[in-house]
Amino acid sequence: MAFPVPRTCPFDLPAGYAALRTERPVSRVRLPDGQLAWLVTRYEDVRRLATDPRISADRGHPNSPYTELVTAQGRAAIAAVGRSLIGLDPPEHGPRRRMLMPEFTVRRVNGLRPHIQRVVDESIAALLAGPRPAELVTALALPVTSTVICELLGVPYADRDFFLDRAAVQVRRDVPPERRRQAGGELRAYLDRLVTGKERDGGDDLLSRLAARRNAEFDHDQLVGLAMLLLIAGFESTASMIVLGVVVLLEHGGAAAVPKDPAALGLAVEELLRYLSIVDTMPRVATADIEVGGVTIPAGDGVLLSFASANHDADTFDDPAGLRLGRGSRQHVAFGYGAHQCLGQNLARAELEIVFRSLFTRVPGLRLAVPLADLPFKRDASVYGLDRLPVTW
Amino acid sequence: MTGIAMRLIIDRERCVGAGLCVLSAPELFDQSDADGRVVVRASTDADDPAVHEAGRLCPSGALRIAGP
Ligand code: SF4
Repeated sequence: MAFPVPRTCPFDLPAGYAALRTERPVSRVRLPDGQLAWLVTRYEDVRRLATDPRISADRGHPNSPYTELVTAQGRAAIAAVGRSLIGLDPPEHGPRRRMLMPEFTVRRVNGLRPHIQRVVDESIAALLAGPRPAELVTALALPVTSTVICELLGVPYADRDFFLDRAAVQVRRDVPPERRRQAGGELRAYLDRLVTGKERDGGDDLLSRLAARRNAEFDHDQLVGLAMLLLIAGFESTASMIVLGVVVLLEHGGAAAVPKDPAALGLAVEELLRYLSIVDTMPRVATADIEVGGVTIPAGDGVLLSFASANHDADTFDDPAGLRLGRGSRQHVAFGYGAHQCLGQNLARAELEIVFRSLFTRVPGLRLAVPLADLPFKRDASVYGLDRLPVTW
Repeated sequence: MTGIAMRLIIDRERCVGAGLCVLSAPELFDQSDADGRVVVRASTDADDPAVHEAGRLCPSGALRIAGP
C-alpha cells in the first residue's frame, strides 16, 4: 500500500484505516521515496509502541520513515532539528525535555490565559471592524497562535511576517524541496541572530532563560534548533486546529454547539482534537525485533505510529467517526503518547478554548462564506488544515 | 471497586510533565515550578475514579495504580 493516503471526506480519516485496524493492524506501506515502513493503526498497539524502549525517535536513522519526499539534504536538516528534542532518545532526551517542562505546566499556561484572551479579543475586534467576508486563517488563527508563541519565546512580533512565511513554506508538501530548504535556512539564520542577542543580553522570556543555561551538551546550535522547533510547532498545528475546529463547530450548530461551562468546553476541545486528529503519524525506528499486532517488526525497520487511526479505533471509542462534543474523554492520543507527547499541549488547549468561546460569543451569526465542498482543505499535508477559511456573519 | 488496598505509585523519574494528571484531578495533582514534574497535593485515595483516570492518561507510566 502506498502511504500517506490523502483524506477524501474533509473530516473523516483517509479511507482504508478502519479496514487496516481489523484486518492488518500492523501493515507494510511504501513511502514516497520508495522506502518501506510499518504502519501501526490500533489504539492499544500505538500506545504500547509509543512507550516501548525498543522504539527509537531518531530522525537521522537511514530508515526513519518520512511521509514526504525529501532530498538527502532535507533529511539531514530535519534530523538536525530533531536532535534538539523530538528526535532524541534516552538518555539525552529526558534532561533536554526537563529544561522545558517548567515553561509549559498547566499552572504556567493558566497564568497566560488572560494574555491569550487579550490577543484573541483584539483579533476578533479587528475582524469585526474589517470587510465581510473575512478570511479566518490570516485574521484569527495565525495572528493569535503566532503572537502567543512569539511572546513566550521572546521573538519580536514585528518580524512575524518574515517567519510566518518561511515557516509556512517549510511545512508544505507541495513546495519543491529546494525552496523548502532555502526557507528553512533563512529561518535558521534569523533565529541564530536572535539567539546570539539573547545570549549576550538576556531577558524575561523562554529563549533567554534557555540561553542562560547553555553548557557543553546544550550549545548555541542546539538552542537555535530548539527555537526553530518551538516556533514552528507553536503555531502551525494550533492554527490548523482553530480553523478546522471552527468549520466543524459551524457544521454542528455553531454558537449553540459551544458549551458555556468551562469544564464542558474543555472536554469539547478534547473531542475536536480526537475527531480531527490533524497530525496523523509520527516516525519511529525499531531497535530490536518487536512482536506486535500479529507480526514481528525486525530491528532497524521504520515504523509509523498512526495516532489518527488510534483515535478512531472502535475498540476504544464508541462510534469513533461521530463527533460527540459531550463525549467527556481525554484518552485520545492527538498529542501523541509516551515521552515525546506534545510539550505544548496545555498551551494549545488554552488557545483553542479561548478562541472557540470568544469567537462564537462575539460573532454568534458566524457562517461559511463559501460552500463546505469549496474549502481548500490541505488533504495531503503533514499537518491537516485549511489554506483559507472565508467566513461572514 | 472496594477495599483500601489499591495504591498509587508515583515515579517522578519517568514523568514527562504532560500535566494530564493535573487536568483530570487538579485537587490531587500539581506540577513543580522547578522542574515541571508531578507533585501530589493531597493524600490520594487510589480508589478515587479521578486517580484511575490520571493513571490511564499518564503518557509516561509515571502514575500507576497497584492492585491489592
Ligand atoms: S500525566 Fe504523568 S507524565 Fe504527565 S505530569 Fe502527570 S505524572 Fe507526569
